[in-house]
Amino acid sequence: MAECGRVDSHTSGHTMDKSITLPPDEIFRNLENAKRFAIDIGGSLTKLAYYSTVQHKVAKVRSFDHTTKEAASDKLYEISVQEEVTARLHFIKFENAYIETCLDFIKDHLVNTDTKVIKATGGGAHKFKELIERKLGLKVDKEDEMTCLIKGCNFVLKNIPHEAFVYAKHADSEFRFQTANPDIFPYLLVNIGSGVSIVKVESEDKFERIGGSSIGGGTFWGLGALLTKTKRFDELLQLASKGQHTSVDMLVKDIYGGSYAYLGLTGDLIASSFGKSATADKEFSKEDMAKSLLHMISNDIGQLACLYAKLHNLSRVYFGGFFIRGHPVTMHTITYSINFFTKGEVQALFLRHEGYLGAIGAFLKGAEEDNPNQYSWGENYAGSSGLMSVSPDMNPMQRARSGTFDMLEMDRLERQLVNLPLLQDPSSYIPDTVDLTEDALAREYWLYCFEEALDGVVKRAIASQPEMPEAAARAEKFRQKYRHKLQTLRQQPFAYGSLTVRSLLDTREHCLNEFNFPDPYSKIKQRENDVALRYYQKAVRSLEELSWEERQFALVRGVLAGNVFDWGAKAVSDVLESDPEFGFEEAKRQLEVRPWLVDSYDQWLERQKGPPHKCALFFVDNSGVDIILGVMPFVRELLSRGTEVVLASNSGPALNDVTNSELQILTERIAAMDPVIQAGLREDRLTLVQSGSSSPCLDLSRLDKVLAMVVRERQTDLVIIEGMGRAIHTNYYAMLSCESLKMAVIKNSWLADRLGGKLFSVVFKYEVPPDKQPSPDCAALTP
Amino acid sequence: MAFNGHQREDDNSIDEDETPSKQLRSNNETPPGHFRNEPNNEAAAPAGRATSDRRTSNSTTRHRHDSMKKTRPPFPWFGMDIGGTLVKLVYFEPKDITAEEEQEEVENLKSIRRYLTSNTAYGKTGIRDVHLELQDLTLCGRTGNLHFIRFPTHDLPAFLQMGRNKHFSSLHTTLCATGGGAYKFESDFRTMADLQLHKLDELDCLIRGVLYIDSVVSSGLSECYYFENPTDPDRCIQKPYTLENPYPLLLVNIGSGVSILAVYSKNNYKRVTGTSLGGGTFLGLCCLLTGCSTFEEALEMASQGESTRVDKLVRDIYGGDYERFGLPGWAVASSFGNMMSKEKRESVSKEDLARATLVTITNNIGSITRMCALNENIERVVFVGNFLRVNTLSMKLLAYAMEYWSKGQLKALFLRHEGYFGAVGALLELLHPS
Repeated sequence: MAECGRVDSHTSGHTMDKSITLPPDEIFRNLENAKRFAIDIGGSLTKLAYYSTVQHKVAKVRSFDHTTKEAASDKLYEISVQEEVTARLHFIKFENAYIETCLDFIKDHLVNTDTKVIKATGGGAHKFKELIERKLGLKVDKEDEMTCLIKGCNFVLKNIPHEAFVYAKHADSEFRFQTANPDIFPYLLVNIGSGVSIVKVESEDKFERIGGSSIGGGTFWGLGALLTKTKRFDELLQLASKGQHTSVDMLVKDIYGGSYAYLGLTGDLIASSFGKSATADKEFSKEDMAKSLLHMISNDIGQLACLYAKLHNLSRVYFGGFFIRGHPVTMHTITYSINFFTKGEVQALFLRHEGYLGAIGAFLKGAEEDNPNQYSWGENYAGSSGLMSVSPDMNPMQRARSGTFDMLEMDRLERQLVNLPLLQDPSSYIPDTVDLTEDALAREYWLYCFEEALDGVVKRAIASQPEMPEAAARAEKFRQKYRHKLQTLRQQPFAYGSLTVRSLLDTREHCLNEFNFPDPYSKIKQRENDVALRYYQKAVRSLEELSWEERQFALVRGVLAGNVFDWGAKAVSDVLESDPEFGFEEAKRQLEVRPWLVDSYDQWLERQKGPPHKCALFFVDNSGVDIILGVMPFVRELLSRGTEVVLASNSGPALNDVTNSELQILTERIAAMDPVIQAGLREDRLTLVQSGSSSPCLDLSRLDKVLAMVVRERQTDLVIIEGMGRAIHTNYYAMLSCESLKMAVIKNSWLADRLGGKLFSVVFKYEVPPDKQPSPDCAALTP
Repeated sequence: MAFNGHQREDDNSIDEDETPSKQLRSNNETPPGHFRNEPNNEAAAPAGRATSDRRTSNSTTRHRHDSMKKTRPPFPWFGMDIGGTLVKLVYFEPKDITAEEEQEEVENLKSIRRYLTSNTAYGKTGIRDVHLELQDLTLCGRTGNLHFIRFPTHDLPAFLQMGRNKHFSSLHTTLCATGGGAYKFESDFRTMADLQLHKLDELDCLIRGVLYIDSVVSSGLSECYYFENPTDPDRCIQKPYTLENPYPLLLVNIGSGVSILAVYSKNNYKRVTGTSLGGGTFLGLCCLLTGCSTFEEALEMASQGESTRVDKLVRDIYGGDYERFGLPGWAVASSFGNMMSKEKRESVSKEDLARATLVTITNNIGSITRMCALNENIERVVFVGNFLRVNTLSMKLLAYAMEYWSKGQLKALFLRHEGYFGAVGALLELLHPS
């Protein structure tokens, strides 16, 4: 902080607030192990990128050796907290005025790095070359600006869902995020810096600058400064947003008196920009001239972009560059222009991390030997500032807090993520059922709900680490961080793309991890698993006593009742905290009686009478009663029918959801007492895979590559999704190309209300895609 | 007078629909004498057509002449184009007035003719472009001179006042007018000068005018021209061009704003697009940046300025060419880009700013035009409109831009009567209502 203070006095000529109000170590995080630096210095902003390894605690489970009597404790398995090293990309954006301070800070904290080179791009790279080399002792290695830009663009489009959005000034939510199309190519990137470059991108390595224009951001700035005597770009935009262009521009109606109906040109259309200022004896206001200039430039760029898009037959057009960056005014005028010139056929798309593209690209160039493109990366919500974080228009509160620093952190995911091959149309798949960005009422409720639940989460986090005295302080930091995130999202629901229950849950998980609470539920899960396991054989026996038809129903009720055991849902966690004996049978009694809120059980039963499925993919939910007494008997029945089963569970912990490593142990234990499960495992008809996710929800477009492979190999023809997070908050409307079964108990009264049900209402949704409907011939084959 | 070509009027309705390009150019307004004197044109005319011309010739001449007289509108003959900035007026001065006619002619008509033809400037701002005058033109069986007059649209009230003073309305003439002002000022014409306007679409008129003027002007100064060696300033020279088989052509009309038309035949055209960055923008910005007030002043300043002090060039950013993308160092990377810097803002002259404005607007029109030509698959571009008046700078820039960026694929053509085609089209509508 002190170093930053010194800079203040040096650069006192500036009107800007130069103080870094966040401690620098909260900005340049994980510098100790940082390597592969890259820097993108633009006209006013610097973007720094580096790769770092992050040590954090992970909960590991390890099976006890149950063959030796003495080792057998009352515990099912051993939980240990281990240090794990994961890779993370850090991107920090700040005003050029801070460069020297920042370089000093980095140098002081860069402990053990073998980095020799820093990749640099951007127009300002040569200007600061000497400074960087002197301060950091690194050799500056320049990379082509456009190449970096495109590389960065490909990277964010591939790795960040909801990266692209359309801007609609007057809509309920100004930012409408696009569903991530797995196939990002080809597209047009219109980069509006001081001039305009129009680039056609056809594949990872193939792109071409197909055109450009000299009328760009520099024209707005330069001409604007001449016309209005206003020096700063932001101020010019502010002027423009207050002006009336009609006093400067000659409109169609100024020439025609009305519209030019013959050509369908409306009267308000600009016929001649600045057409009215062709006179020496009239004064024009700064605001009006700035507005006219903004329209002139935006329309011109939009028109050229449309002409190029048409010529090359491209429909995806992304806009970037400092002219666009975080400025709602320019996004609006560009959007308007594109709509006008293409009659709505092409949408102007913007990128959440547009400002980072160059830095990301330069970094990727420098990190080629690490093969960053081989991995999947995920935006870390805890470490990222979110869209518009430094826009004073958007969020005055945020500016006061973090100065002008914006951060993006991306975690390297353990597994490469791909689409579920069984999605009917990957390009239109939207995981989330409700978009809270657009649904203000729902947003209000869920933000409130998550804020309410925060105390409980903090308590549980502390309780999960009784042996660590500083856990309370850490938990408090977690509370502050997550509460701040919730506040940010209240102001800027669009900060991390579409706001959804899933993103709220994921943000909480990221924040918990950030403060080393890797798995607050590990002990609870362990205890529950232990208790449930003891009851397994009894449960299976009682099911076997039933008739076939009774059993089918009991199995479904079992899965549903098991799913009531969910610490994630507030209503249930209340009951469970106060009465740990709340049992399986009790849960069954709580279940809604048929007909359920959504009830296609009869169709399901009919289907069960038919030939067995080839292979069922089962996305499981909670540990304990849910997985052991609900799911496993159901799986057992599928196996007995001759259906192969793939059990997909989370790769990492999320609430009390069973993780893949826990499920491995549980399945082994069950196999030891159940010949059906044992045979299934032995004959490879029961397979456990990880989903690639650490979320209580499920994004079927980002799943483990191995899972996708297994699903394809086994010719999976049934997908079962269980639980509120995976089957209701997400995927409720997901269309699959095979049969699907979505089962959940609604454990939230607000949501139940919304869906027209009540607490503990049941959703049992069995769907067969139109092309897989049984033909009459098939029906004849059923016994 | 052996009007051996006049039978054409008979086929007029057929011509409208199935005219191949050549007949268009020697269309019914062409004086037959003129036609005969052009062996080239004759030779180029489709054989079948020529035969049919001859078959019907002579026998109907007298009859035609009489019927034409009946349908011919009374003098004076005007065509008017009221644009956002300028009013363009074409006036046909008959030179074949017989003694008999002279006697019949009312005083008002004489006075108007005398006023228009004996002056080259009207009031403070009206100007007759004498160098554009077309002499010995035969129109509707009458021979005379076509005059080209312009004045600022904001002086239209003075013009109307003059019309009122000269009792223009007593002549019972139809005033054919096009351009937006025909609509905007229609009621002013009625209330201030008691004149009823016959309103015409400006693009229809524009095309009609271009095709007509190009077809009648062939002796002496060529109407259409281009710049040879546009990429070499030392060898760049203006050369006449024969607009034979003109279709398809891209017609770029640069007035206050810009309209870009793709013309496939006389009656088949579409407006491809337009831009609001046109002549009005050049003048508007120049007035704001330099305090000038007229187009001539602005051009004069521009001719003395240096745009590279104002614009940021590719070499200012990359030190030379941006080879990766084939961008030459001299190309403008950012128009007015140097003006982001305070020091540079303080060091440029008004002339530099005027020049940069001209270059910016012109190049932008050039690149939009080029994209339209590519999208429409048209290789010939004709630039018209008053922005190009006395503006060789812009014409050479356009010629250069078309040639350079299309690698020689595109040709930029210009017409001497730059801004008057709409008004000519309006006059033709008076004589030959379509």
